[in-house]
Amino acid sequence: MSSVEMTRLPVRSAAPVRRRPPTGRLLRSELRLVFGRRRNQALLVVLALVPVLVGIAIRVSSGDVEPGEGPPFIDRVSGNGLFLAFTSLAAVVPFLLPLATGVVAGDAVAGEAQAGTLRYLLVVPVSRTRLLLNKYAGLLAYSLAAAVLVAVVGLLTGWVLFPTGDVTLLSGATVSALSAVGRALLVALYVTASLAGLAAIGLAVSTFTEVPVAAMATTVVLAIASQILDAIPQLSWLHPVLFSHSWLYFGDLLRDPVPLGKLTEGLVLQAGWIAFGLALAWSRFTTKDVTS
Amino acid sequence: MSAPALPQVQPAAPVALDDAAPAVRTRGLTKRFRGGQVAVDDLDLLVPRGSVTGFLGPNGSGKTTTIRMLLGLVTPTSGEVELLGEQVPKASAKVLPRVGALVEGPAFHPYLSGRANLVRADAADLTSDPRTSRARIDAALDRVGLGAAATKRFRTYSLGMKQRLGLAAALLQPRDLLILDEPTNGLDPQGTREVRNLVRELADEGCTVLVSSHLLAEIEHMCDRVTVMRAGRVVAAGTLEELALLSRPSLVVETPDRERAAGVLRSLGASSTTLDPEGTKVRGELPDVPVEDVVRALVHADVAVRGVARAGRSLEDLFVELTGESSDVVG
Repeated sequence: MSSVEMTRLPVRSAAPVRRRPPTGRLLRSELRLVFGRRRNQALLVVLALVPVLVGIAIRVSSGDVEPGEGPPFIDRVSGNGLFLAFTSLAAVVPFLLPLATGVVAGDAVAGEAQAGTLRYLLVVPVSRTRLLLNKYAGLLAYSLAAAVLVAVVGLLTGWVLFPTGDVTLLSGATVSALSAVGRALLVALYVTASLAGLAAIGLAVSTFTEVPVAAMATTVVLAIASQILDAIPQLSWLHPVLFSHSWLYFGDLLRDPVPLGKLTEGLVLQAGWIAFGLALAWSRFTTKDVTS
Repeated sequence: MSAPALPQVQPAAPVALDDAAPAVRTRGLTKRFRGGQVAVDDLDLLVPRGSVTGFLGPNGSGKTTTIRMLLGLVTPTSGEVELLGEQVPKASAKVLPRVGALVEGPAFHPYLSGRANLVRADAADLTSDPRTSRARIDAALDRVGLGAAATKRFRTYSLGMKQRLGLAAALLQPRDLLILDEPTNGLDPQGTREVRNLVRELADEGCTVLVSSHLLAEIEHMCDRVTVMRAGRVVAAGTLEELALLSRPSLVVETPDRERAAGVLRSLGASSTTLDPEGTKVRGELPDVPVEDVVRALVHADVAVRGVARAGRSLEDLFVELTGESSDVVG
């Protein structure tokens, strides 16, 4: 017995294991996973349809929209098509965008747990902290892609259906069309940042269950609940800390000069929720028994 | 399944690896789940380097929970785990790249191809070389005989193919230790044989293997050592030869009058008697009584004797006795 062991021993055990510096391979793999999934692609298609549908609706309707009716800036679209990007983003921010973010966030850890792939990632080994950070990065990339997609499709649809040209901003100043396109992308970036708090909360929820649908639903419900609370005047003391409170602050990016007060406030609010969400996700995920 | 050898990582410099340390050692390993259920109870498990150790026990005996603790997936309530001389989970990042594992069945993303799933597994490994990734993945797929089906989606795989892909994932890197939980589950006889051969091949290359099963035949075919677990505890451990010594010879009587024959054997001093499921044999432990005396006693008792034989007790009998997994025991 022992002689048999001796002859077998040396073959493999001399191989040293060296860690290489992270090259982003796991992140690329994560992005392929998120963007390659049919369901996530379908959500992007639905989001991309919003500017098209809104644009067509405005084009075929004869009646003018009064300022203050419908999604923000909708009254300006027929004057300058580039506003379609802003009005579309405003239309998807309350529900569709949180839904898309919530679906991908809820799936992040719970989906891997349900498929059983979580245990195999962990024994590779991937440290739990590293996995969470990669998941969160993939999530933000998806939110960013969704927001940019809505902005770009909005700009294109507006350009096709309506007159375009120099844009008169909310503050009355006029900027070139090119500058307006730049602002649209900036708005998309700000919208992504505004949803980063929700994404972190969704990631945390996802570490508490092995049922992705439950995590998705919980995240979306939280997004809706936050907005309902935000609409109740009697709770105004609570409003400044609700993660949805800053979701429409991006309108300030359409003024010249850009007033930074509220915009910064919104980013600080999101930073707080990101810290809370990631801390909760980390404390749960790094201590949990993986029995799935 | 005997395809190109996997590329070996070349030792760059002498590295202080504790070769003397056993591949697996646990001390007092205990897991009490919330709710109080004790899945693993004060377990001391030892897998020597270079061995193929079978981890045997009925379903629910705590094998999988033990394997999950070995790999750092589940935190022990108390006790220690050492793999290849390193503490788990403290040194997981250091030691787990040298360990390939199949835990409670294969699991992959259903809508990715088999190959894409392996690409993801390799991308997750900080110790793997991206330049050799393609070659290693191809070699691993060939080795388990999945080369042709590599581009098909995982969801279209049969259970056997899924199991093979799980093995391929465990073979993406050269490993010092393989921990395989029920690796032949769901395989047809041909596939089972291939997995057995693969395990022996890997062992011959110097890999230590811990393979769990609830089927004794699996263990007998693949392993040179075995640890038997029951209700969260180790009830026997050693080489197959050592365990065979543990089992005492017994006497098998072939007769239609099984109940009466069993009574005679007990009156002669048999501590226990077993009725074989086929229905014509009685087995009793009678190490000290000469066969002719037994036959005489049986005939006196008017038992129709068709045959009497001394039999070394098989490992299976021992297993059944140790784990209490029997349905038809008299006495």
